[in-house]
Amino acid sequence: MSGDIKAPEFDFDRLEEIIARYKGQKWSLIPLLQEVQRELGYISPAAIKPIAEGVGMFPSQVQGVVSFYTGLHTTPRGRNVVKVCRGTACHVRGGKTILKIVKQRLALEEGETSPDLEYTLETVACIGVCALAPNMVINNDTYGQLNPKKLNQIFSSRSRG
Amino acid sequence: MQQPQRIVYVCRGTACISGGGNAVYEALQSELEHQGVENATIDFTGCHGFCQQGPNVVVEPEGIFYTHVQPEDAADIVGMHLKEGKPVERLYYREPLSGKPIALYSEINFYAKQQRLILRNCGHINPERIEDYIGQGGYRALRKVLATMTPEQVIEEVKKSGLRGRGGAGAPTAMKWKFCHDAPGPTKYVICNADEGDPGAFMDRSILEADPHTMLEGLIICGYSVGAGTGYVYVREEYPLAVKRVRKALEQSREKGFLGKDILGSGFDFQIIVMEGAGAFVCGEETALMASIEGRRGMPRPRPPFPATSGLDGKPSNINNVKTLSSVPVIIDKGAEWYSHIGTEKSPGTAVFAITGKIANSGLVEVPMGTTLRKIIFDIGGGIPRGKAFKAVQTGGPSGGCIPARYLDRQVDYDSLSQLGSIMGSGGMVVLDENTCMVEIARYFLSFTQDESCGKCTPCRLGTRQMLEILTKITQGKGQEGDIEKLEAIARVVKASALCGLGQTCPNPILTTINYFRDEYEAHIKERKCPAAVCDSLMISPCQHTCPVGINIPKYVAAIAEGDYMKSIETIRERNPFPSICGRICHHPCEMRCRRGELDDPVSIRSLKRFVADWYFNNVTDDPDPFPQTRSERVAVVGGGPTGLSCAYFLVQMGYRTTVFEALPIGGGMLSVAVPSFRLPAAVIQKEIDYIAIVVVAKIKAKSAKEAQVEKALKDVLPEARKEKAFLSLSSLWEERLSTPFQPLPLCLLWL
Repeated sequence: MSGDIKAPEFDFDRLEEIIARYKGQKWSLIPLLQEVQRELGYISPAAIKPIAEGVGMFPSQVQGVVSFYTGLHTTPRGRNVVKVCRGTACHVRGGKTILKIVKQRLALEEGETSPDLEYTLETVACIGVCALAPNMVINNDTYGQLNPKKLNQIFSSRSRG
Repeated sequence: MQQPQRIVYVCRGTACISGGGNAVYEALQSELEHQGVENATIDFTGCHGFCQQGPNVVVEPEGIFYTHVQPEDAADIVGMHLKEGKPVERLYYREPLSGKPIALYSEINFYAKQQRLILRNCGHINPERIEDYIGQGGYRALRKVLATMTPEQVIEEVKKSGLRGRGGAGAPTAMKWKFCHDAPGPTKYVICNADEGDPGAFMDRSILEADPHTMLEGLIICGYSVGAGTGYVYVREEYPLAVKRVRKALEQSREKGFLGKDILGSGFDFQIIVMEGAGAFVCGEETALMASIEGRRGMPRPRPPFPATSGLDGKPSNINNVKTLSSVPVIIDKGAEWYSHIGTEKSPGTAVFAITGKIANSGLVEVPMGTTLRKIIFDIGGGIPRGKAFKAVQTGGPSGGCIPARYLDRQVDYDSLSQLGSIMGSGGMVVLDENTCMVEIARYFLSFTQDESCGKCTPCRLGTRQMLEILTKITQGKGQEGDIEKLEAIARVVKASALCGLGQTCPNPILTTINYFRDEYEAHIKERKCPAAVCDSLMISPCQHTCPVGINIPKYVAAIAEGDYMKSIETIRERNPFPSICGRICHHPCEMRCRRGELDDPVSIRSLKRFVADWYFNNVTDDPDPFPQTRSERVAVVGGGPTGLSCAYFLVQMGYRTTVFEALPIGGGMLSVAVPSFRLPAAVIQKEIDYIAIVVVAKIKAKSAKEAQVEKALKDVLPEARKEKAFLSLSSLWEERLSTPFQPLPLCLLWL
């Protein structure tokens, strides 16, 4: 991750609202963290302490959970999150080549976000659309049966739109 | 003619949506309105399991199955089929091998040879409407259980059916239920494990997307049997549509009174909570999953105590896979007796497999236990596409193993797979063809498990790392003698001593590939070769690695792309003096290994060679410069076939004076006399020989290669006083013994 990313302000007021929503609920930590990430984009390290207070745990415990799950992020992510599938079916049908092309196209390595916060590139263990391998997901849209031409079309139409 | 009332079902599972299923659905609806068709409705279903053909559309009541439907096809489906009763033939499914169009869903081999119990409703009902499920007999089992059976009777019924856990290990379901039922305590939990993390498995996602109520009904029955008041459904967050449909199903189920207080007046209270995973594979392990529900790091813990006595929150808990729970309503509804006759004696019922990878019909397959691998892969799956050879099938995801072709006739059930070193696991079945490197596949799975290992126990944390390092070294061509044995030793230790299922099973891919494909490991280590041309570090490119003469294919293809044909043909001639001939009749193993072929079609390497060779002979009129003669020795090459000519070509390139002797009046050997001229015209051969003759300078002498004459011929070219060499490239239709004339020669190479 390059150092000059200007992180958008993390909305602590909304964070308080979300924490209040989960107050008193049993085992609410992970759903709460997921909600924070859904609404605010990521879990700011500064949010760990108020979240811990909200659910009645130590900050270290919350930090432990955040760092354990690959689905939880502590840095801002791009507006478009591209996840290239590295499942077995994708792997044997050329998923590695797809990842290489996407890396070139976005000029990003795995886990990186572009400085303008347009794209984040990640890989995912399997999205379960193996019949259409190789696949990738951009935000909530799944793209299957990828080939270099189709990748080109997808990214061109997105940058126009 | 009056048309019957029709329902058009558009598949809206994740896979079909990615192909445009939503757009098809909307296009059909607006087209229906636009064309004013009244006796038809457009509806949608979840996954049919034949995702590769998607987006899929089924028109009932006929059961016509349309594949690869695009929004533009809506006009024809409405205009021709719904209005006039003429199905749209161009959208029919086609047999992969014969290309024969098949109209009916029920007649497609992929479906016809399956027996669908767990997937019985998938693709036939609207998953977002509980009435559809009830219409198919849904919640009948729950009514029966609540009205007429005690928890003990339900467990007894499940026990009689012989149902075993579909999550992988195959533990008897009734036994788990009974332990949990017998455990003391007022609060108990039941959990549905829908954290389907195995790469290559997607049946749980499909079931939740296409028929969520079946799983819910199973979970409620399970809750009743063990005496739990709360159920959890733990779904991966990577399956957003499944999460959405399960939540919707829950809501409807509550409205209808199948959930909540005093269900159907029985006095039984039950609620279900949906929990989304957060991207940790290890959470598919039961104790890790429970830790994750409790909001902790998802790490497994040692058992005992088993979840049945101390699970979620320390209370007795029962956890089952989606497929196990989905089997329960069928068993209760149709009876254990009926169910136990399906499948094999030790593994009754059906198994759902997700066949993917190098397979013609990729998708979900449900067959009775005990069906052979051959039937699943070749009859239902349609075999291997692009004419390639079957190599192995990987079952059970990262915990399973690779089963080679010689076991294709094995019947598949829990026990037979574990005998072969693999497991049933989640039911993922990834088919591998000849272009898959088994060492690389083992490395791939290890990199996955190493990444997903939670790090709690030492054998798994360090063992996976060590094994991955050795495997990576081998795939990079840095393997050493003894590596295979070292891998086996570590694998056995990890298998015996790891804490949870992830660690205990992660050596399986390594052990099975070493067991069945040891020669590939040895080729990597001893010859630094990757037979499947996959391991990058061992080669410049798969095509060059595979080419028998090692032509720098990427270079000559790139030169053609740049328009520099001269550079291209020179690149080919560095390794092969016959570009025009090989451009026509080479069996091009390079194209079989071409990476581009995995995505669509391979680069037409042979045709490009032909093109550039033809360009040369048509456009370059100047004779090429002969190679300079830098050596004083002379060499005789006897036999003017491809071998002899190539030999002469390369000898001259090295600076030797060379003469080729040929018995027949024409050169080219078998190329001229054995390959029919419609396949390889004589003129093409002649041009290449002429080119070689110019470059080689030596004349090709038409002399007999018969023994006596060879002797004379050799004497002609080889003055006695000088020590010279001869290369014999003779062809013979029968075995011939070569004797005396060659004895005096200092070095005699025999090439028959």
